[in-house]
Amino acid sequence: MLGYTITQWLFGILSFLAIMFGLMVVFSRNPVNSVLYLVMAFFCIAGHYLLLNAQFLAVVHIVVYAGAIMVLFLFVIMLMNLNQDTEPQRTWLTKIIAGISGGLMLFVLVGSLKGSEQLQLTTYGASQIGLVKNLGKVLFSEFLFPFEIASILLLAALVGAIMIGKKEIK
Amino acid sequence: MINGISINYYILLSAVLFIIGAVGVMARRNSIIIFMCIELMLNAVNLLLVSFSVLHNDASGQVFVFFIMAVAAAEVAVGLAILSMIYRNIKSIDTDLLSNLKN
Repeated sequence: MLGYTITQWLFGILSFLAIMFGLMVVFSRNPVNSVLYLVMAFFCIAGHYLLLNAQFLAVVHIVVYAGAIMVLFLFVIMLMNLNQDTEPQRTWLTKIIAGISGGLMLFVLVGSLKGSEQLQLTTYGASQIGLVKNLGKVLFSEFLFPFEIASILLLAALVGAIMIGKKEIK
Repeated sequence: MINGISINYYILLSAVLFIIGAVGVMARRNSIIIFMCIELMLNAVNLLLVSFSVLHNDASGQVFVFFIMAVAAAEVAVGLAILSMIYRNIKSIDTDLLSNLKN
């Protein structure tokens, strides 16, 4: 198809959608719409993981980000009853300055890429490291200790969130 | 069958996503939107880590992304708890109103 393979088409479409939804998150006036656009952007990034044959991470990404974290965001927004009318807006000057500094940052990053070597990624299906079996072996042998520490971190975050969120102790 | 994508395109995509997040942090006043933009920046970095891990055929990068996801989940839980407590106290999550430490 027009000299491009199906993988390249998928990469282009997913990239376009991810960037569009990312922009919509920033530009949307209503916070609830922002959350929904961010969920769509996360689905596009999960598609990129599938394209890279990182199946475990794609599933974890959908379950953790689109499933758990974004629902938490949505609940908090609904709890605070935020909508378009209560949305605080920055002045146009600040927005323009933010846009210019972001553009400059992009310019520097793209400029640093220019002339660098074009390394090709392994073709689809050739890379086996992202499969659950192979990643699990690495996770439970080489990275066993950090894995256990991560569980303690999650427990601490759980206790901390409850301690911060509850009302004053009498 | 040659259908590989150059690593430069992944770097470019990650850079664009990261900068969208950075501009969102600078241009918005709603704390929750700022939080979501930080998530977008984290995801841009995750995508780059996965693509480099595939490029070098090394699983460490993907394990690292897994840990970043765990840390992001913990961060969001604590951060949203703090935000809801702030909302309970000052009835707003506008970042410009959070200037109690100034005086």
